[in-house]
Amino acid sequence: MNDLYIILTASLVACSCGLLGCFLILRKMAMVGDAISHAVLPGIVIAFLLSGSRDSLTMLLGAGLIGMLTTFLIEFLHKKARLQTDASIGVTFTWLFAIGVVLISLFAGKVDLDQDCVLYGEIAYVPLDMLLSPTGLIFGPRALYIMGAIFTLIVLFIAFGYKELLLTTFDPAFASALGISATFWHYLLMGAVSATTVASFESVGAILVVALLIGPAATAYLLTDNFLVMLVLACIAGVLVSFSGYYVAVWLDGSIAGAIAGMTGLLFALAMLFSPTHGVLFKKLRMTSNEVPAPGPTT
Amino acid sequence: MNSLIDFLSLADPNIRFVVIGSILLTASSAIVGTFTFLHKKSLVGDAIAHAVLPGICLGFILSGTKNPAYLIVGAFITGWLSLVSVEFITRRTRIKEDTAIGLVLSVFFGVGIVMLTVIQKSGNAAQSGLDHFLFGKAAALVGEDLMVFGTVAVVLLLCVFLLFKEFSLLAFDKAYAQSIGLPVRRIELVLTSLIVLAVVIGIQAVGVVLMAAILITPAAAARFWTHKVGVMVFLASVFGAFSGLAGAYISYIAPAMPTGPWIVIVISTIAFISFFLAPRRGVISRLVRQRSIRRTINNENVLKTLYQLGEESKNFLRPHAEADILHKRRYPAALLASVLHRLQRQGYVQRTGTAWQLTEEGMSRGQRVVKIHRLWELYLTTHVNIAPDHVHDDADTIEHLLTPELETELERLLNYPRVDPHQAEIPYKKPV
Repeated sequence: MNDLYIILTASLVACSCGLLGCFLILRKMAMVGDAISHAVLPGIVIAFLLSGSRDSLTMLLGAGLIGMLTTFLIEFLHKKARLQTDASIGVTFTWLFAIGVVLISLFAGKVDLDQDCVLYGEIAYVPLDMLLSPTGLIFGPRALYIMGAIFTLIVLFIAFGYKELLLTTFDPAFASALGISATFWHYLLMGAVSATTVASFESVGAILVVALLIGPAATAYLLTDNFLVMLVLACIAGVLVSFSGYYVAVWLDGSIAGAIAGMTGLLFALAMLFSPTHGVLFKKLRMTSNEVPAPGPTT
Repeated sequence: MNSLIDFLSLADPNIRFVVIGSILLTASSAIVGTFTFLHKKSLVGDAIAHAVLPGICLGFILSGTKNPAYLIVGAFITGWLSLVSVEFITRRTRIKEDTAIGLVLSVFFGVGIVMLTVIQKSGNAAQSGLDHFLFGKAAALVGEDLMVFGTVAVVLLLCVFLLFKEFSLLAFDKAYAQSIGLPVRRIELVLTSLIVLAVVIGIQAVGVVLMAAILITPAAAARFWTHKVGVMVFLASVFGAFSGLAGAYISYIAPAMPTGPWIVIVISTIAFISFFLAPRRGVISRLVRQRSIRRTINNENVLKTLYQLGEESKNFLRPHAEADILHKRRYPAALLASVLHRLQRQGYVQRTGTAWQLTEEGMSRGQRVVKIHRLWELYLTTHVNIAPDHVHDDADTIEHLLTPELETELERLLNYPRVDPHQAEIPYKKPV
């Protein structure tokens, strides 16, 4: 049963991240997602200090705000200070992450977080934190419910904003001609990424969030040209890596989050080599079969 | 204050190792980082930093010791492997570079974490402290580490010194470097190896996650103070060294504080100060400059309008009500009032009742703007072959920018014409 809880939680994280990741990689914002997943740390610590609990609305809101602040800061440094994009991302997230780590050491006694947990999470402890009814009935792990709620929210967000998100992703100029604000949807998407990051943080840690944001979406991108299919494939890939990653971790007796991240890479490598449409091998095969025989010597 | 003196006197050998070590690590990372920054490879540096973790674990598993030499070799191999992967993915598939970087970074790091946890559970007593690589261990540097890092740092500095010209050229004009026959590919290879080396020793100070900061942030800060690569490298190393020193000091007075994150906070603070306050390139100085240009343009536009009103009534010193000015040229009314008051303070207009009239200086300045506008319109039609109905907007911009030298040149080139393409008179002499 515990196995199932862990795999289910990981799958929900993977699907939420995978859906958002599809938008991120197509908007060439994969590294902004990476930056946000690190930068929410001070938000989490501060919200934790203020509210005194881990899974509160304050935490989600606080981190959502920090996530948007990160996005804003990156854009500000790039546009107003004319810093090149890669550097403005690098400067922003390392700064915020460092503040977060210092805050953790500063309030070591009061914050039930440690540095390692921040990086690779404690998904193995998911079944230890059960949601109980007042009469003592066990409903299942708390993290599972949180991630379920987040996943539902993400699906609703994409379902209702599908047209706007799609247009601002593929053709921002056309979108603004239709009166759809690219900036508004940009920040909304970043808010969703931050909220997902925060909710997933505790169970899977910063690094797995990045792996799940980028890996399944990139895998799906190599398998299809249809965006809707890409979203579905990203979810399937997410569930696959959660399953396989969990069992690899059990087999090796190592970190579950790390193993899932590793499986993400393996799945991507398989897609990269064997994808029928965009795979490296099939491209090569097609090239050799289409080769025109060299013309013979002319007289 | 006493603690600062104790600290700086370096009497305690432990403090000496930590201080010299931190400065060495941060300064040499900053120097290599300057070229990482200029080659726009900041995030690649981040990817390498994460990717060395499995290499360090591998080095430990194979050698069974924490001897830095083995760990550095392992780190170097996986760091390189990550770069090759990023390049392979970007070249051979339709995945963009940023996605490839993010993917490689998290996958390598994930594998590293698995290896780390497996090692930790293996019960090998030597493994304790291996997780220092995650967040750095500047405060725990010992003499033996220093020897290894010192050697690597010297190699780094020597390479940068010898290849300084080549690295700079490649950062700014790769095509030119290729055309004069430089081995571009090989120089890039050397630079990438240097980045990997800098990362491998830099993570000792701040750890994997924050490594990108000591690589990039000093260079980003230095970029705001200078245009010269040499000065930039020097400034970056000074900023880096200072943050290393400050980080070591903070964890000396507050031992519970982690050194690495403090180094990053110090260097980020320096960077943010530079972004905002640096002369010329800083945000504030740029805003001030923009405001002063905007003011000049507003001033000249109002003077021009008053002059044009004067042309219509053949009396340049006649007072005009604000409503008349607004009728001639559309402004927000509040803006017009504030511009007029500023012009009054500067002596270009004077107030008579509720109306405004040009002074002598105001008239000649308004006249100059009108003259340049019309000369430029003529120039565009006669010399650039633009239709007369398309020249107005461009002239509206250039009238505020043309220097007196160019103005004379333009008059001479057009041979002191009398009228512009719209048959409006071009004013030269002082009209009264």
